Amino acid sequence: MTSAYKPTDEKELAELISWASAEARPLELVGSGTKRGLGCPVKINGRGIPAKVDLSGIAGVVFYEPEELVISVRPGTPLEQVNQMLAERNQMLAFEPLDWGWLLCGESKYGTIGGAISVGSSGPRRVKAGAARDFVLGAHAVNGRGECFKSGGRVVKNVTGYDLHKLMTGAYGTLGAFTEITLKVLPAPEKTYTLLIHGLKPERAVEALTAAANSPFEVSGLAHIPAPEAARSQVPYVGRADRAITAIRVEGHGVSVTHRMEELKKLVAPFGPLEELHSMNSRRFWSEVRDAWLLPPDHQVVWRVSVPPTNGAAIIAASGADSWLMDWAGGLIWLGYESAAAGQGARIRAAMTEGGHALLVRAPDAVRREEAVFQPQAEGLAKLSARVKAGFDPSGIFNPGRMGAVSLPGAA
Amino acid sequence: MNVIAPEPITADLSALAARFRQVLPPECVVTDTIARKPFETDAQTMHRQMPGIVVLPETVAQVSEVLRLCREFGVPVVPRGAGTGLSGGATPVPGGVLLAMTKFNRILDVDYANRVVVAQPGVTNLGITRAVEDDGFYYAPDPSSQIACTIGGNVAQNSGGVHCLKYGLTVNNILGVELVTMDGEVLRVGGKHLDPEGYDLLSIITGSEGLLGVITEVTVRILPKPETVRALLVSFDSIEAGGACVADVIASGIIPAGMEMMDRITIDAVEEYCAPGYPADAAAILICELDGPAAEVDYLIERVTAIATRNGAIGVRASQSEEERLLFWLGRKSAFPAAAKMKPDYYVLDGTIPRNKLAPVLARIGELSRASGLTIANVFHVGDGNLHPLILYDANVPGEMEAAEHLGHDILRLCVSVGGVLTGEHGVGTEKRDLMPEMFTDLDMQQQQRLKCAFDPGQHLNPGKVFPTLHRCAELGAMHVHKGKTAFPELPRF
Ligand SMILES: Cc1cc2nc3c(=O)[nH]c(=O)nc-3n(C[C@H](O)[C@H](O)[C@@H](O)COP(=O)(O)OP(=O)(O)OC[C@H]3O[C@@H](n4cnc5c(N)ncnc54)[C@H](O)[C@@H]3O)c2cc1C
Ligand SMILES: Cc1cc2nc3c(=O)[nH]c(=O)nc-3n(C[C@H](O)[C@H](O)[C@H](O)COP(=O)(O)OP(=O)(O)OC[C@H]3O[C@@H](n4cnc5c(N)ncnc54)[C@H](O)[C@@H]3O)c2cc1C
Repeated sequence: MTSAYKPTDEKELAELISWASAEARPLELVGSGTKRGLGCPVKINGRGIPAKVDLSGIAGVVFYEPEELVISVRPGTPLEQVNQMLAERNQMLAFEPLDWGWLLCGESKYGTIGGAISVGSSGPRRVKAGAARDFVLGAHAVNGRGECFKSGGRVVKNVTGYDLHKLMTGAYGTLGAFTEITLKVLPAPEKTYTLLIHGLKPERAVEALTAAANSPFEVSGLAHIPAPEAARSQVPYVGRADRAITAIRVEGHGVSVTHRMEELKKLVAPFGPLEELHSMNSRRFWSEVRDAWLLPPDHQVVWRVSVPPTNGAAIIAASGADSWLMDWAGGLIWLGYESAAAGQGARIRAAMTEGGHALLVRAPDAVRREEAVFQPQAEGLAKLSARVKAGFDPSGIFNPGRMGAVSLPGAA
Repeated sequence: MNVIAPEPITADLSALAARFRQVLPPECVVTDTIARKPFETDAQTMHRQMPGIVVLPETVAQVSEVLRLCREFGVPVVPRGAGTGLSGGATPVPGGVLLAMTKFNRILDVDYANRVVVAQPGVTNLGITRAVEDDGFYYAPDPSSQIACTIGGNVAQNSGGVHCLKYGLTVNNILGVELVTMDGEVLRVGGKHLDPEGYDLLSIITGSEGLLGVITEVTVRILPKPETVRALLVSFDSIEAGGACVADVIASGIIPAGMEMMDRITIDAVEEYCAPGYPADAAAILICELDGPAAEVDYLIERVTAIATRNGAIGVRASQSEEERLLFWLGRKSAFPAAAKMKPDYYVLDGTIPRNKLAPVLARIGELSRASGLTIANVFHVGDGNLHPLILYDANVPGEMEAAEHLGHDILRLCVSVGGVLTGEHGVGTEKRDLMPEMFTDLDMQQQQRLKCAFDPGQHLNPGKVFPTLHRCAELGAMHVHKGKTAFPELPRF
């Protein structure tokens, strides 16, 4: 029988984990479960089905000081609630956490802030503002021994001790259970504009995006959408374009946005016909890019590939994918396949000639069990990662196998 | 406070030196006393220690071999860049090996299409910008020591600079490293891509203070140079007014490239030293730098000026030329050497506090200074609450150095007590090691040490730094459980 626990505070959680650790009982840490489909399924491993630990009861805002650009929340707090609170004070989480619900649940489901930080994914603004972990200033957590610990603090500039909270960002709950997360926030832009270039091929799009990225005009989004995926957009200027769309985002104060749009237009005019999106349309469009919403929802298999930008177009060409999106000026490629077939992952990975990370995002369970969901690592790095895991969770009770072999008990 | 070695060193250093000479060119193995002398301290000169052997490897294979031999001999190793560290991170360990990375001074790849530079760790911070500036790029983190400090040292310390308010610290600006671990293994973490491919080890290697591995290559992001840079020089008749102005600027949604403040004592010192022409009547001055597209910078200069005026600024000057902007900065950049003119020695602190605690903390620092009889000059990265009180003393006066250290520790405790931290960018090293318990419980520190154990179970790399208490890795790894004792607690179920 699967048991499920719902602790309501750090103390209850720590007691539960101490017990599970003593009994070597595996636990599956869950925020609201929206991203259970991401990463590897937890492994049963002969120790019984992991008991579910529902962390949504450890929720709420600990403090929010807008003038200090900092918010501290408990992990079960819904991400939408955090976004909403910040928006009321014209602020935001600048790494643009994804609404993974579209890809994984077929509908909008932001999940909890704990989940968003634990998968650690960053949206289109990664190129300018930084990654999820760059905004995690500190955390409180419980390790696999049931011990409560903290790292970092509430200030941006801090090099006191190791940044365990950054390491735990993107660790899929395999190192510890967060009980409090302190985040840096930034002012939301007054205006968000987007420059669109029509009808480019991927290689040419990367050239245009590179020109924009290498300009002093502080662009904060650099995407390219092929015609069929662009046609899915709910932004009329994109949805009805009937051509591939190359998009450059410019955010900030009004006068600055106007100026930079004019300069960028001059810069990329040689590439093709231009158009622009104003703020409302821009916000809509970039959330469609962020969530890979533009990929056909019925494509069974989806990969997220992070590579050096110059490698992006080649990966698209070699992948044999049925749908795709390019973000981060070529550095992030989403690939969709109508249905699963042998060798898809191998094909993508063979095309990654300059390093990087291909993550299997959506696939039927059988494929998720078979395929290397995370990028296979060199042996030395994998062994080190497994030792790091054991340092947090010596009996391997947290989310066994969720990040592949390194997160299985005994891997060190 | 002395540097403690974890265990007495028994290995025969001359035998080890002989083995080094088999794998390194003879001039790269230094055992001569006079030649070793320059390595006895970094820029935290309160502590000195002669290294047993100094090695200056030239290749990654040599680094790997040196580490393997040290492990075999059970001899501790301290990595070193340029030795500009301010927390004693590169202070040698008695009878240990000092591994200096200065020969790794080449830029390996300038890649504009991917906006990265791949450099060996001994390249200076400024060296990276120099390599790309003619093509309109730069490397953003800019510690004041940038002309000398190495990128490897920057990664090990997670260094900042005056522009990290807008552009972040080292950790926010690097994408990959090559690291040699204590068993001689060469690991590559990250690369030219933006997402980590597993556990984000780069985020803990950055700031690891030479305790996890030796960095042999760094991939940094470079940025296009801003179209325009202008600065405002604002003066206030009280620190409080200046602090309130800074808070208002941030609250209004403006993130300047940098915001630096200095108090009257520092202003006097720099006027004496290099005469930047700071207002004579100010209790505090603020330099607020704005960079970006010309239209934006001009607009923000106006807005910040209005905010400053509203907060009672007694003078506001906006730079009208690059010369004028550099003049504003001249005083700030000369603050440390200017302080050094006032007294033979200074001790620089590095605590960070929440911005809104600025006024009370500075007032308390003033009280502590008066009580101790030692002068403190305050110059700080006010935008992110990172204070640099400079305690002036004379090491030749008996007891003054100890008094300075004592006062410094009191100030750091004060920072922690208001929700701040011990160090914003200079690192813990030996200097703040014994203060770690002010911020962290034993459990917090043990969790950090377990990470150290995952990289270096024998604890040969830079021992005696960062952590006040040494634990054997076996002890940290042990599970103390009472199996079957707890009937599971009654927690609500679904
Ligand atoms: C002639 C025309 C052309 C358009 N072209 C485009 C287009 O190319 N792309 C697109 O996405 N949408 C376009 N729109 C649609 C329209 O700009 C947006 O949908 C509108 O709702 C702006 O809202 P926003 O939040 O996007 O504002 P913003 O993007 O912030 O501003 C959009 C435009 O409205 C102006 N504006 C904003 N507030 C005021 C105000 N109080 N008084 C006067 N002007 C104001 C701005 O100067 C700007 O030109 C166009 C509309 C018109 C009438
Ligand atoms: C006048 C002055 C101004 C300064 N201003 C600033 C400032 O504005 N901001 C700031 O952040 N710092 C500042 N510093 C501090 C110092 O310059 C930085 O900490 C710098 O990053 C140290 O680099 P380094 O090459 O000198 O390293 P070192 O001092 O040689 O070493 C520092 C630490 O890094 C380790 N290390 C060095 N190289 C490696 C490697 N390749 N692999 C592994 N570990 C390594 C060492 O073991 C040691 O623990 C200043 C120092 C001075 C003297």
